[in-house]
Amino acid sequence: MTDSAGLEVNLVDDGNIPLDARISCQPGELLALVGPSGSGKSTILRTIAGLNKPRKGLIHCNGDTWLDTDKGVDVSTRQRRVGMVFQNYALFPHLSARDNIIEGLGHVAPAERSRRAEELLTLVHLSGLGMRKPAALSGGQQQRVAVARALARDPKVLLLDEPFSAVDQATRQRLYRELVELRQQFGMPMVLVTHDLDEAAMLADRLCILRHGRTLQSGQPFDVLAKPTNKQVARLVDQKNIFQGTIINHDEALGVTTISWGEFTLQAPHQPDFKIGKVIDWLIPASHVAVGDDENVVAGVIAGMVRLGDLVTISVTIKEASSHPLFMSLSVREAKQRDLKAGEIISVSLIGDGIHLMEP
Amino acid sequence: MNWMALELSLKLAAWTTVLLLPIGILAGRFLAWRTFRGKIFIEAGLALPLVLPPTVLGFYMLVAFSAGSPFGQFYESLVGRSLAFSFDGLVVASVIFNLPFAIQPMQRAFEGISTEVREAAACCGLSRARILWRIELPLAWPGILSALVLTFAHTIGEFGIVLMVGGNIPGETQTIAIAIYDRVQIFDNASAGLMSVVLLLISMVAISATYLSASFVGRRHD
Repeated sequence: MTDSAGLEVNLVDDGNIPLDARISCQPGELLALVGPSGSGKSTILRTIAGLNKPRKGLIHCNGDTWLDTDKGVDVSTRQRRVGMVFQNYALFPHLSARDNIIEGLGHVAPAERSRRAEELLTLVHLSGLGMRKPAALSGGQQQRVAVARALARDPKVLLLDEPFSAVDQATRQRLYRELVELRQQFGMPMVLVTHDLDEAAMLADRLCILRHGRTLQSGQPFDVLAKPTNKQVARLVDQKNIFQGTIINHDEALGVTTISWGEFTLQAPHQPDFKIGKVIDWLIPASHVAVGDDENVVAGVIAGMVRLGDLVTISVTIKEASSHPLFMSLSVREAKQRDLKAGEIISVSLIGDGIHLMEP
Repeated sequence: MNWMALELSLKLAAWTTVLLLPIGILAGRFLAWRTFRGKIFIEAGLALPLVLPPTVLGFYMLVAFSAGSPFGQFYESLVGRSLAFSFDGLVVASVIFNLPFAIQPMQRAFEGISTEVREAAACCGLSRARILWRIELPLAWPGILSALVLTFAHTIGEFGIVLMVGGNIPGETQTIAIAIYDRVQIFDNASAGLMSVVLLLISMVAISATYLSASFVGRRHD
């Protein structure tokens, strides 16, 4: 494992925040650790930086061993060459933006430091503001100083701990774009901790879903969000339509797996790993539920309608199949055109492409 | 005006302050960031001089300094003179008596530095010495300064413990506070008044300096 470039982390701890985590991140890759508060995502990041000591663990980065509890290896934070952006940036309040960056340039010859600091300031769009103290900078500017300071170290891994949580929405969008730009210029592994799924899906190459310190699933954002391995992950990635069904048939030629759901039968994409007769969990994203009778038609009663911005979320009770309602999203316009009202009977189509089967 | 006593007081205050600077930084920093069993008792012990009558503390120190005690014997064998009724003894007593005045403000100042800032310094790869010099000391400076000024002013004004440990030997242990008492005893109110005014001014200047520097440093980060 020491030969591999990139970051390999394997941690076990039964302390206050229990850990049983295994993550890896390739050079140039951005891995997002996602999970609710208390899921251990920040703890993992802090452990990579050496700020948290797990009971058992292995951390290899770019060929170096930073932690190997079995062999008694534990490289100190200051020797790990990590670039860390803290949630509240943790800038040195008494030093100017430029001097904050210079503190990260200890490995550069003293005569070069000023020039390098100016380069980094330009890189994060702060040239001309280098003499300002952190308190005289906006939240977004402070975040940029923190990123520049982290990069100053010429780090082997860049660690970002909820770096967008302390700024307003408009600034956040701009900082997202800047991070994407920066990624093109740096090739080290990057680990982003966030509780915002949309943010993670937008920025990361891979997501890793965590709960109670355990890594539940990792993969490309689309796969994790639309194809969670089980109900637990599905709930964490905010899937609302999770139900139980039974496998009835696989038809390889048509590329279809048929399942029963209460009194209904539904056709899903071919997923032959599940044996016929097996009870499984399945999900369908709210975006794949439509009004009408095109395919996989089920009928129910509209239980409630909630408008959020341009979308209306409708819950439909299908008492022949489930005690939980089925959720669907429509545009406000479509809901008006169809004159949908609570209490009415409605036919909905479950678009087969979106049906995903999971181990119970 | 007893210039000799004033000079002695200033000398005593300067030595006490200089010795308590490193002690206060080390102890304050340690107590600010470490948790261990019995910490509360150590903190209570360090705060004891705040509530203990100076005569009581002075009495125990006089006993400890005497030629009969192991500490007194050790010092005498080392330096060749006794701690009791000497300037050296005054300095030792004064350092101990001023521990809370030095350590507590410094401890609060170090506690005020956020953990994340210290962690960020480590992530920047700074050595311990550089973290102390570049990050911790500048951020804790207002607290350190006010600790030093408090210690200095408090030492100049100290009476009970000086009288107990040092007695009233002109040029050796007679500080300005003792000299004032001495003058009043022989109804020389004019001298006592003059020396009191000098003491009042020094205290006033010292306290004002701390408040000024605190507000200056407070603005510095904006």
